[in-house]
Amino acid sequence: MKFSLSWLKTHLDTTASLDEITDTLTKVGLELEGVEDRAATLAPFVIAHVVEAVQHPNADRLRACKVDTGTGIVSVVCGAPNARTGMKAVFAAPGAFIPGTGITLKIGEIRGVQSAGMLLSAREMGLGTDHDGIMDLPADAPVGAGYAEWAGLGDPIIDIAVTPNRGDALSVRGVARDLAAAGLGTLRPFAPAKIAGSFPSPISWKIDGTDACRWVLGRTIANVKNGPSPQWLQDRLVSIGLRPINTLVDITNFFTIDLGRPLHVFDAGKVTGGVLTFRPGAGESFRALNGKDYSVRPEDCAIADFAGVQSLAGVIGGEATGCDENTSTVFVECALFDPVRVALSGRHHGLTSDARQRFERGIDPALLPDAIEAATQMILDLCGGEASELTAAGAEPAWQRNATLRFARVRDFGGLDVAPDDAVDSLVRLGFAVVSRDAASVTVAVPPWRNDIAADTALEPSPDLAPEIAAKAAAGRAEIEPECDLIEEVLRLRGLDAVPAVSLPVNFVVPPMTLTPRQTRRAIARRTLAARGMAECVTFSFMAQDKAALFAATPESARLLNPIASDLDQMRPTGIATLALAAARNAARGYPDLALFEIGPAFPDEGAQIQVAAGLRCGRSPRHWSQAQAPAGAMDAKADLWAVLAGLGVPMDALTVTADAPSFYHPGQSGTVRQGPKNILATFGTLHPRLAAAIDLAGPVAAFEINLDAIQEPKKRKKATPDLPSLQPLTRDFAFLVDATIAADAVLRAARGAERTLIAGVSLFDRYEGDKVPDGKVSLGIEVVLQPHDRTLTEAEIDAASGKIVAAVAKATGAVLR
Amino acid sequence: MSDDLLALAAATDTALATATDLRAWDAIRVGVLGKSGSLTEKLKALGALPPDQRRERGAAINRAKDAITAAIETRKAALESAALDAKLSGERIDVTLPPLLAPPGLIHPISRTMEEMAAIFGAMGISIAEGPDIEDDWRNFGALNIPAHHSAREDMDTFYLPGLNGDARRRVMRTHTSPVQVRTMLSQEPPIRVIVPGRTYRADHDATHSPMFHQVEGLVIDRGITLGHLKGCLIDFLREFFGISSLPVRFRSSYFPFTEPSMEVDIGWNRRTGELGGGGDWLEILGSGMVHPKVLANCGIDPREWQGFAFGMGIERVTMLKHGIPDLRPFYESDIRWLRHYGFSALAPVALHERV
Repeated sequence: MKFSLSWLKTHLDTTASLDEITDTLTKVGLELEGVEDRAATLAPFVIAHVVEAVQHPNADRLRACKVDTGTGIVSVVCGAPNARTGMKAVFAAPGAFIPGTGITLKIGEIRGVQSAGMLLSAREMGLGTDHDGIMDLPADAPVGAGYAEWAGLGDPIIDIAVTPNRGDALSVRGVARDLAAAGLGTLRPFAPAKIAGSFPSPISWKIDGTDACRWVLGRTIANVKNGPSPQWLQDRLVSIGLRPINTLVDITNFFTIDLGRPLHVFDAGKVTGGVLTFRPGAGESFRALNGKDYSVRPEDCAIADFAGVQSLAGVIGGEATGCDENTSTVFVECALFDPVRVALSGRHHGLTSDARQRFERGIDPALLPDAIEAATQMILDLCGGEASELTAAGAEPAWQRNATLRFARVRDFGGLDVAPDDAVDSLVRLGFAVVSRDAASVTVAVPPWRNDIAADTALEPSPDLAPEIAAKAAAGRAEIEPECDLIEEVLRLRGLDAVPAVSLPVNFVVPPMTLTPRQTRRAIARRTLAARGMAECVTFSFMAQDKAALFAATPESARLLNPIASDLDQMRPTGIATLALAAARNAARGYPDLALFEIGPAFPDEGAQIQVAAGLRCGRSPRHWSQAQAPAGAMDAKADLWAVLAGLGVPMDALTVTADAPSFYHPGQSGTVRQGPKNILATFGTLHPRLAAAIDLAGPVAAFEINLDAIQEPKKRKKATPDLPSLQPLTRDFAFLVDATIAADAVLRAARGAERTLIAGVSLFDRYEGDKVPDGKVSLGIEVVLQPHDRTLTEAEIDAASGKIVAAVAKATGAVLR
Repeated sequence: MSDDLLALAAATDTALATATDLRAWDAIRVGVLGKSGSLTEKLKALGALPPDQRRERGAAINRAKDAITAAIETRKAALESAALDAKLSGERIDVTLPPLLAPPGLIHPISRTMEEMAAIFGAMGISIAEGPDIEDDWRNFGALNIPAHHSAREDMDTFYLPGLNGDARRRVMRTHTSPVQVRTMLSQEPPIRVIVPGRTYRADHDATHSPMFHQVEGLVIDRGITLGHLKGCLIDFLREFFGISSLPVRFRSSYFPFTEPSMEVDIGWNRRTGELGGGGDWLEILGSGMVHPKVLANCGIDPREWQGFAFGMGIERVTMLKHGIPDLRPFYESDIRWLRHYGFSALAPVALHERV
């Protein structure tokens, strides 16, 4: 909200400086957004007399001027068509900063004529958009005087951010009250005299079938003369960015800002039937003051006369009954509306207005009589006329509430020791009235403009709470919330910087665990993958539905109802999907060789969220003189996956890998990793080339995804004593010829199981298929490590073990020794 | 030593000096010390001498043999050493060749910041809580004192999802991590000390807003927790996180539906240079306050017994400030050039004793 310093001082009697005022505003919670001190920006600009303006000798569109600046005559080249001999204008000397253009002036020469300064337009001074030419000042403007001072623009404009709970601070008077309470002067009294009406109002109010309007006052003023408002009122409105319209409308806008009390004026001559009724809308249309048509719904509160809807209550007035320069009889509306109804109506119709902004935050319900008297008086003063008696409908709602503050709580909750007298004094300055007080506490009456204090709004308790717990908590809230409100008031007037900071008390030397095992799994997976040379990404949890559908089903339950863009509408079914898109973007930038991973959520089923570690390698290994480039393949993804699972303590021997991965993988180069028959831990493989092509990701791409939620916590068992025989292990190599369809894993498992006490390890060191073996066969070279325990093995024992291995592998896989 | 022995020693020395490889050297050794070597022959001839001469002559020959043997062995060592030198000089590599490096893996700056937060708040006895990204509107709004007509619930701010069968509550993408406050208070008896780092979603997309971003929520509930503790906790965190022990921190009265009193927190910086810590300007960095009695009551906690504070901080924002990252959007772009520039090593995990 904007207001000028002089406007503030009509309510606040203070000697405080502008800086003190702005600092205090921020301190008490009315955050300073900015100060526009036009006297400062306009300081270099002086009033000058154009002694001579003649055609520039070398340029058709320029004029060469001799300008008396009050300190001497200078030569200025000017491009404005209205520059003429004898005029008064605004002059800027070299060195001056021109706010409208952002340029600092220098002495120049334009086509052979010196230009030692500039004559300014309003826009160049940052005063509006008028750029028809340079400012043409009246003949009596004093040469050499500062323009800002002469034009009355020396009044600083203060802009503050008002939080939604402080409807009362959306008024100059409310701001003044806070400043006075914080010690910056005194609030000037406001007690408008009652105006006795000389006739009954020919227009009356009616509230019919709506609770949106609680109370309304009105008054007719006859024989007014409407027209442009006086300069002081126009200046005041212009200074905060409002456009003056006519006196009657300007008066309503004045009170909206001055008292936070929106008013509306009807041209009584355009109101049909003598009764204005607040009632639910019935789908009728009316043209609002902004020139647009709106259809009022049953949820809206309309104001209608006999001719139809004339206004949307609390939001915007109608064009048909608006006041203009021909208005001779005016009917003033001063109403109290339900904040929520105004907010919902305004939101539905997309209408924001100063009135709506105040009504939806809640206005002072007791201010209506004073406000309409003050408005009447200003209309009589500025437009003349005779006032009618007041007319009313509804009644002042019961707004009176008390709140109690236990003095010790300011310290025990607010953290600041405040003497009881000081705390009470702060509340009284803010308009609270002491109802009762003892040594430990004070009970105050809440002033009507503070609808945020001790407001008895509805709880929304968890339905799962036991009734007695819910009831006890609700009772606690009823007791504590008003006190918190008062503590906040006492604190904010002192500024929260006054509260001493106290480190969080701890009762430990070594802190307790910070991460849950589930969170630790994420951290280990992240470090493992990064240590394997992959770059961690953070991609969006949502993506384009058509792209997501390339990877998995895209249920509607995982699709946003109101996506911000059509390419961000579907919750990703797998982390691989957004990584693949990221890889494609990188490839398009010239970086096709990548290793990326992400730890984050995936939404594979209806409404379900799992945390996954997804990784993707694409392109080739780096070119290097020492080794050939290798394309990314399924086994690279499997290696990444294996590293994570091993790092997470998964019993690797218990895993099974089957070739039944999701269809976004290459059907022959992908696998699913299970622990036990059902528990799927991960999938991996080369991406399906059709999918890769669909997202413009060329080249080999391999990926994996681990469901981190499926990984069981490793059992917290002490490790067995290690077996560290003193005898050297020995190795034997075997080459088996097997059908190419036989899984290598079956061969390794069979060998490992052949002689459990003796065999310490089995590994595959060679795999060959080609012209040296029969078609459809593959040769697998395995190395078996035999570990003797108590004595050296004899040749006969070694041969026996070898025989068992060959037999076991043959039995399990049909392999023969090559 | 008799002349013939001296001569033999001298001749052997001369011969050894001319031997340039081990083969020539061995021929000399055999020629002197071998079965029919010249010195061996002299030993054999000892038997023919009379006994009185034999002893003297024998001792002389043995002395000569020791000397010659030493000379031969010395020469052998020299030749072996020269041979090794020659071999090694043929095995020279270009030590300026680029080695094959394991490509550096990277931790995303957002993860790094979350880990730093876990470390610093963890030292205050605060643990990490979490919850789903898709919430219902009661946990995201209603329980937090944001009533149905509140503007924050509007479509322009909140992403909605279709309802699931049999559930009256609307499903939303959580707009803050605050619903985890509600989950925590409903699942755990006070005292409570948690932070909640996580993904959050709002329908806003421009240079300084992303439809998905990250927030950390804090919640401390206990008996006797005051606004002074809120200030202390946040000042302690901010100074440690930014590594500036004198970082100015300012608390301004403000308003949030779920806290009362509410305050915004600013840190001191230089608006012109972007340098933190001084410069006389203030930068808003997070929102905080004492947990609203309605929020406690909605979660079944009696505000007469328990009180505490909550705060919410943008993770990207503090990350950008700490590391001087100028632009928000690349955080989610996965541009490998940006990741390499701002990413962190996996092998330098966050540890308080190494400074975060």
